[in-house]
Amino acid sequence: MSFLKRLWRDKKLGAIGGLIFLLFLFCGVFADFLAPFGENETDLSVRLLAPGWDYLLGTDHLGRDVLSRVLIGAQLSMVVGFLAAGLATVISIIIGVVSGYFGGRIDMLIQRFVDAWMTFPDLVLLIVVVSIVGPGMPQIIIILGCLYGIAGSRIVRGSVITVKESMYTHAAQSMGASTMRILVRHIVPNVMPVVIVLFTTRVGATILAEAGLSFLGLGVPPPAPTWGSMLSGTGRTYMYMGPWLALAPGLCLTIVVYAINVYGDALRDLLDPRMRGVR
Amino acid sequence: MQAYIIRRLLALLPTLFFASLIVFVSMRLIPGDVIDLMLAQNDIVTTQDRARIEAALGLDQPVMSQYFDWVGGVLQGDLGRSLWQNTPVVDQLWATMPITFELGLLALIVALSVAIPIGIYSAIRQDSAGDYVARSFSLVMLAVPSFWLGTLVMVFPSVWWRWSPPLEYVRFFDDPIANLSHMIVPAILLGLSMSAVTMRMTRTMMLEVMRQDYIRTARAKGVSEHLTIVRHALRNGLIPVVTLIGLQAPLLIGGAVILEQIFVVPGMGLLLLEAVFQRDYPVISGIFLIVGVGVLLINLLVDLSYGFLDPKVRHQ
Repeated sequence: MSFLKRLWRDKKLGAIGGLIFLLFLFCGVFADFLAPFGENETDLSVRLLAPGWDYLLGTDHLGRDVLSRVLIGAQLSMVVGFLAAGLATVISIIIGVVSGYFGGRIDMLIQRFVDAWMTFPDLVLLIVVVSIVGPGMPQIIIILGCLYGIAGSRIVRGSVITVKESMYTHAAQSMGASTMRILVRHIVPNVMPVVIVLFTTRVGATILAEAGLSFLGLGVPPPAPTWGSMLSGTGRTYMYMGPWLALAPGLCLTIVVYAINVYGDALRDLLDPRMRGVR
Repeated sequence: MQAYIIRRLLALLPTLFFASLIVFVSMRLIPGDVIDLMLAQNDIVTTQDRARIEAALGLDQPVMSQYFDWVGGVLQGDLGRSLWQNTPVVDQLWATMPITFELGLLALIVALSVAIPIGIYSAIRQDSAGDYVARSFSLVMLAVPSFWLGTLVMVFPSVWWRWSPPLEYVRFFDDPIANLSHMIVPAILLGLSMSAVTMRMTRTMMLEVMRQDYIRTARAKGVSEHLTIVRHALRNGLIPVVTLIGLQAPLLIGGAVILEQIFVVPGMGLLLLEAVFQRDYPVISGIFLIVGVGVLLINLLVDLSYGFLDPKVRHQ
C-alpha cells in the first residue's frame, strides 16, 4: 500500500501511466463482453462507415466494427505482452544468474554469445526466425521471449554481480550454504527490483515488436485483429477512403507503450535508485 | 593507440564466431517440411529439385563440414545463390546495401541535428517549460511505432491535400533531387524515432558534465557562459553520445526494414522481406550475416573513435 502511495506522491506521471495501462488491461481481459460486435463479423451493407453512434470508431472495408476489433486487439496485445515478457524475464534470470554468479569461463562464454545475439537488430532477428518457424501466436510469444530474454540477461547479470559481493552472500557462503540455497534465498530475491522493472518495460517492448511483425504480415496470422495487422494488408488501400482506419490501432499502441514506459521509469526510480536515468 | 586497436580487434573475434554460429544454426533449424512447402509453393515436385534445394542449402553434408564450408565460402565472398533467381546473394546485397546505407545515413543526420541541439538546450535550461516539452516529446517518440507514423504520412496528406510522398525509387547518381525527395520522408521518420534516445542521452550527459569541477573553474575565472558550454561542456559531454550512435545501429537497420516496406525503398530490408515471403533461405541468411557483421563493424569504429576522442579510454 505504501508503495502505491509513494508512486502517486512522487511520480504522478508514472502513476497515471500505470492507471492507463490498467485500463487497457481491463479492456483486454473483458474485451469479449465489451465489444459491441463480433470482431470478424462482416456486414457489407455498413462498409466504410465513419465513426458515429452505431459504430463508435467506424467500420472497415468489410463492414467490421473497428471498436470491437481494437478491443480484441488489446486482448491479443496483452496476451502476447504478458506471456512474452514473462518468458523473457525467466530466461533473463536464468542466464543472468548463472553468468553473473559463477563468473569465470562460463561467464565469458555466455557473454560473448549475448554480445553476438545483441548484434542482430531485433526486428531482423525476429523476421529471420519467423521465416523459419512460421507465423503464429505461440511461436511469436516464444521468439519474443527468447529475443528479449537473452538481451535482458545483461541487466540481471550486472545486478547479480553486485549482490554476489555483498556481506550477506559472503556470510551465507562461509556458513556452508549450498549454491542452490544461496541462489534461491539470497541472490534471486535481491535482484527482484531490477527484474520487476525489466518485466514491466519488456511488456511494452514485446507489444511493440509483435505489432511491427504483424504489420509486416509475419505476426499473428489474420483474421486475428492485432493492432499491427489492422494497419497493414488489404485494409491499407481503404484508408484513403476511411482515414479513421489508420488512427485507432496506432493510437492505442502508442498510448499503451507510452503508459508502460513512464510507469516503468517511475518504478525504476522507486525500486532501484542506482538505475536512475539509465535506459 | 595501436595496442588499443589490436585489443579491440581481438575482442571482436569471439563475438564474430558466435554471430556466425547463430546465423549458421538458424539456417540448419529449417525443418524438412519447409522444403516441401517451398516446393509446393513454387510448383516443383521432382526429387531432383528437392535434392538441388537441399544441396543449395548445404543440407546434404555432415554438420561440421557444412559449417566450415559455409564460413570458408563467406570469407571468400561467397554467400551462395538465390534459390529462385539463381543470382549470387552477394550481387543482390551489393545492389541493395548502398540504398539502405543512404537511408540510414540520412536518418542519422536528421536524428543528430534534432537531438543534439534540443538535448543541449534541455540540459542548460533544466526544468524549464522548453525542457519539459522536449522530454515529453522524446518519451512520446519512444512509444510511437514508426510504421504507424509512416502510415499517417501516407494517408492524411493524401486525404487532405491530395499530396502523397513519392514512392518511386531513382538512383542518386541519375537524379539526386528525385532520389532525395523519395528518401527524405522515410529518413525523417527513422531519424525522429532515433532522436528520442539520443536526446535523452545528450541531456543526461550534459547535466552530468555541467556539474563537474572544471566547469565551475571555467565559470569562476570569468569565461562567458557560451564559451564554457562550447569549449568545456560539449567537448566532454558529447563523447558518450558517439557510443550511442553505435548502440543505435541495430535500431536503425531494424527501422529501415519497416520504412523501406512502406515507402517502397528497394534496400536490404525490402530484399529481406521478399526473401522471407519466397522462403529464399540463402538470401535470408546472407542478409542476416551481413547485418550482424555490419553492426559489429560499426561498433568497432565507434569504439575506436571513442578511444581517439577520449584518451582516458585508451589506457584502461
